Amino acid sequence: MKQSELNNDQRERFNLMVMAAIDGELGPDEKKEFEHYVRNYPECRDEWEQFKKVKEVTKQMKLKSPADETWDSYWLNVYNRIERGLGWIFLSIGTIIVLVYAAYQFLIALFGDADVPVFVKAGIFLLVAGVIVLLISVARERFFVRKSDPYKEVER
Amino acid sequence: MFSQSQIAIKIPGMEHELAMTIEQLDDRTLIAQSQNGDKRAFGLLVKRYMQRAYYSALGLVGSHDGALDLSQEAFIRAYRALNNFDPDKRFFTWYYHILRNLCFNFLRDRAKHARTFSEVGTSRIALVGDGTEASDNVEREELRKAVWNALEDLRDQEREIIILKDFQELSYKEIAEVLACPIGTVMSRLFNARKALKAKLEKYL
Repeated sequence: MKQSELNNDQRERFNLMVMAAIDGELGPDEKKEFEHYVRNYPECRDEWEQFKKVKEVTKQMKLKSPADETWDSYWLNVYNRIERGLGWIFLSIGTIIVLVYAAYQFLIALFGDADVPVFVKAGIFLLVAGVIVLLISVARERFFVRKSDPYKEVER
Repeated sequence: MFSQSQIAIKIPGMEHELAMTIEQLDDRTLIAQSQNGDKRAFGLLVKRYMQRAYYSALGLVGSHDGALDLSQEAFIRAYRALNNFDPDKRFFTWYYHILRNLCFNFLRDRAKHARTFSEVGTSRIALVGDGTEASDNVEREELRKAVWNALEDLRDQEREIIILKDFQELSYKEIAEVLACPIGTVMSRLFNARKALKAKLEKYL
């Protein structure tokens, strides 16, 4: 006897089984259960037929292969980019060291020069102090955010 | 003594050595060597997974250049983060998480610049086999475009699961592993994705 409608639980179960049936991942017991649905419920039969057609269409498609040279040079490109990344890190660290040293020498010379007015020295002192405080504040904030950020593993 | 392409494996408690080519080493060994700074070992890992990585990215972003760049960038980030890698997990599963995040970010940025998926990806999908009749080819071409456009209209996660199942032909178990979710979730996501695809391809079914 044919039944007409599935209840919600049966519908959910069938939805999962129809996928497994299409992809050949049904176990023997599930296969029997699935066949029962298809035999007894016209809506299941229709859905099964339609999903089979979707699968047939996608089965005919494949992603286009790139030229063979792509694979020949793939690792070399990755290697070069890793190496360049290291280069940038070294360059940045070197630049920071040189700039800090230059700034230090500049400040020593400036504060040792009796011809420079006191208010200019005070202004430069406040400027440098402000930059240091801001840098420390930003660095501390980033450190604490990183420690407690639940999405830190997510690449942004 | 071993040649450059060989490596000696010493088994504790046994007084002999095994020699095998480095290409035969498993992921775990290659990762351990990479963590010690051996770029050649990491190169072998890259070569082992580059095609799978490229096609995963291609399915998600739809363009050759994008897929090549993003899959390579993901390998670079994986290399830099290799010390955080849990050796009990599979390398590709871990790598895939980096790759999909990069791809989704790329798609989000591209959406901001109002470029559509098909604009850059129209020619990235091909039919298996060629029809002999010209009319057959025209129909196939139309179908190919329809499928690609339908894929473009899907949500990113829906497209991803269809690519993994129907184009990369991964099993449910493998998909569950790369997406870090239960098999039941894979099946239900696949159902929703195929349902959406079915609605968009109704004319061709």
